[in-house]
Amino acid sequence: MANWIPLWVHKLSSPPNFYRFAGVVRPWALVLALVLGAIALYGGLVLAPADYQQGDAYRIIFIHVPCAWMSLFCYGMMAIASFISLVWRIKLAEVVAMESAPIGAAFTFITLVTGSLWGKPMWGTWWTWDARLTSELVLLFLYLGVIGLYHSFEDRRQGARAAAFLAIIGIINVPIVHFSVNWWNTLHQGSTIRILGPSKISTAMLWPLLTMMAATKFYYIASLFGRVRTDLLSMESGKDWVKQIAEREGHA
Amino acid sequence: MSAFFAMGGYAMYVWPAYALFFIVLIADYINPWLRRRRNLRELRGRLARQAARQQRNPSAP
Repeated sequence: MANWIPLWVHKLSSPPNFYRFAGVVRPWALVLALVLGAIALYGGLVLAPADYQQGDAYRIIFIHVPCAWMSLFCYGMMAIASFISLVWRIKLAEVVAMESAPIGAAFTFITLVTGSLWGKPMWGTWWTWDARLTSELVLLFLYLGVIGLYHSFEDRRQGARAAAFLAIIGIINVPIVHFSVNWWNTLHQGSTIRILGPSKISTAMLWPLLTMMAATKFYYIASLFGRVRTDLLSMESGKDWVKQIAEREGHA
Repeated sequence: MSAFFAMGGYAMYVWPAYALFFIVLIADYINPWLRRRRNLRELRGRLARQAARQQRNPSAP
């Protein structure tokens, strides 16, 4: 490993250390996700007023938009971890990349279906081949491609390497999804939340949305760490530390 | 309360969306947990077989 990387990173990336670290962090991340999620749901479903144009149908936004953000965020994490795994051959980065894919696919799937459920009453159609919807569908296929490629090799590390390449190439789709509403004329509305400049949404609707965004981020950590722990155990099943865990849990 | 569940007439769109959100995420969360349990059970079986073999034939690896 390159010598400019601090020692603690090196130590943390060793499978038994990360297994323990993830085991400590995961319950806290899950609790934060559940608490923030509950607050966001209360704010979004109960406190926020109905939209003057869309009535109560707009309330799908409180899951649709955070999930859409997560679909891109997970892809970014997967691509970064893939890059690290290809360059430095760190086993942990490989596992993080490959286990981010199913979580991202789940969020993308939720985004597409909730968007469809929102589109039917508002646009009058479940689906349309517009730029935003199509690029998000391509994102789902990219995730499924990465997952499929990973599992199609007998040797897991070889599969992870091939899938990491696909993940990196596919990152081109992430800005396309993000900017699709600006680049093309789409039925899908433009960005409501802006990092630069004021957002085009009232505060009563904005805070539940941002809280749900935080909740989904913590959910990602909780889910990812659970997945990584599982993978580390099965990848290292010949090692003593895994045998100890297997025996300890057998007696429990 | 019933007004809340009616969602201004959009209940058939809003509630399925929320239900799907929870179902998919719960499935995503449980999957690795089940996988982990199965893997550890298999590993324990393998270790037990190994130990039994060792007892029968102490010179074997």
